[in-house]
Amino acid sequence: MKFLSDKAVERLREGAEIPDLTGTRYRLLERVARGGMGVVYAAEDEKLQRRVALKVLDGSSADGDLANRLIREALVLARLEHPGIVPVHDVGTLGDGRVFYTMKFVQGQRLDQYVETVRSATERLRLFLRICDAVAFAHAHGVLHRDLKPANIMVGSFGEVLVMDWGLAKLLREDVGRQPRIADPDATVFEKPPKAGDPTNSTTSTVVTGHGTVMGTPGYMSPEQARGDVEHLDARSDIFSLGALLRFLLTKNPDGATNAAEKPHLDKALEAICSKAAAPAPEDRYSSVPDLALDVSRYLDGLAVAAHRESFLEKLGRFYRRYRFFILLIAAYLVMRVLILFFMHR
Amino acid sequence: MNEEEFQPGGDRFPPTRRSVVEAVGSADAEERERALESLCAAYWRPIYKYIRLRWNRPAEAAQDLTQGFFVEVLERGLLKRFDAKKGRLRTYLRVCVDSFVSNEDKAGRRQKRGGNVAHVALDFAAAEEELGGARRMDPAAIPSPESLEEFFEKEWLRSLFSLAVEELREFCNARQRERAFRLFEAYDLEGHDKITYEQLAKDYSIATTDVTNSLAWARREFRRIALDRLRELCGSEEEFQREARATFGGNGR
Repeated sequence: MKFLSDKAVERLREGAEIPDLTGTRYRLLERVARGGMGVVYAAEDEKLQRRVALKVLDGSSADGDLANRLIREALVLARLEHPGIVPVHDVGTLGDGRVFYTMKFVQGQRLDQYVETVRSATERLRLFLRICDAVAFAHAHGVLHRDLKPANIMVGSFGEVLVMDWGLAKLLREDVGRQPRIADPDATVFEKPPKAGDPTNSTTSTVVTGHGTVMGTPGYMSPEQARGDVEHLDARSDIFSLGALLRFLLTKNPDGATNAAEKPHLDKALEAICSKAAAPAPEDRYSSVPDLALDVSRYLDGLAVAAHRESFLEKLGRFYRRYRFFILLIAAYLVMRVLILFFMHR
Repeated sequence: MNEEEFQPGGDRFPPTRRSVVEAVGSADAEERERALESLCAAYWRPIYKYIRLRWNRPAEAAQDLTQGFFVEVLERGLLKRFDAKKGRLRTYLRVCVDSFVSNEDKAGRRQKRGGNVAHVALDFAAAEEELGGARRMDPAAIPSPESLEEFFEKEWLRSLFSLAVEELREFCNARQRERAFRLFEAYDLEGHDKITYEQLAKDYSIATTDVTNSLAWARREFRRIALDRLRELCGSEEEFQREARATFGGNGR
């Protein structure tokens, strides 16, 4: 048996990881990123002569749960046609058995990088509203994202916001009416709780896997998701993540747990919106993303927000900020009148 | 398109091998023997090298202990005791090796063994050569337990890939695709950084696209074979998924 050098072993690993696109319309260009379950490459669609992003499972699994999850991600994306959600173009199986899908190649920056270039809080809030718009659309179509975080949001070169990586997305029941939609444990192949005594289910993974791994991102994951309470997750779980995201946009810290001395100043109304969205108990949060977005919009318009009961002085201050121009105009007019009267009577 | 329409991998590939952990419990004696042979083929080199380094044994004693360990696996049914829920088969075997060597020391009953693992040729001379300077090692140069664990992992991966490369060679020969294997060997196994597809195309008097296609095919087959062997050497499907991720590029990168 031939001895393989360390270098040969590494080359074999790398070579085996490269997806085999033989027989497809795509030509591999370069590796772009690695996600939780796969790798994203830039590829060229030779038929349409355009660049696409090709997501493929890494070398791990040509079959099984991960493949199902990638397919599900593609199917979820396909039903969410929205300018704020990256569109999927194609899904299939490569010659080596790995499942892949292609999507729009987004040229831009991740939100955490982009936000460094945005100084204005107003601009950041407008950015946040565009994220809410996409997430609200997904919720309206019965899909929870469950992994909203800056790294999963791209801002394109024309300022367009795209919510990416729907690999943890969960379908919600359609029959819940006006109540918050409840996650259907049977909706996602990956999240069926194993049936007792069924050995074939030993590999199915719930949000809390057999090894206690919770899927999601600390800091942005709701407490109920962190507990693995899959069956009771609803839109408010994503609202928690949006609250953390809003706080990140405003303070660069998702959970607001910085040292009091270093804590950046946050307007009381904004603080209240963040706290209400990311409240530990789901019932204390906004009941829907449009409600959260409405509060942020009201703040931007200088109106009272639902999350914060204002004192008289705060109301006065807000009134002043909202009508500052007119107030200053009237004040200037009055000062002028007083001055005119003063000089006329000298 | 729905999930049922997808048959990832489909029936393109031969059926996957059964895990050695299950196969050693089989009622079929032939299957049991095959399982042990597979286990021995994949693990004897890492175990031999590990004993040499971790236990600082001379070559002859390490050879004896390596063979003795596989006899122990067979006689004491060590694989039957493995619980896939508690960890990886590889880690379990390494712990068993430590325990075996330690017990052998205590009992002072080292003896010549090897009759039952004679089906797998254990080329200790080659393993010793691969180990390089280990013969001249001194106790101070022995790595820490963590790095020994890493060493064992690395040697295990090398062993797995070596077996897969050999199987790929046979596969290519059986399908009259020797040239594809030679290209694979030249580029992926021996290739230095400056070697290019164009250079290979020139060397073999073929088009560059032929080199691309041959290498893509060989890598695909190599990956399939390596994954198939890996599946055989894991205790459960879940372990296989985790191992495969770590083996083919997951690994936290």
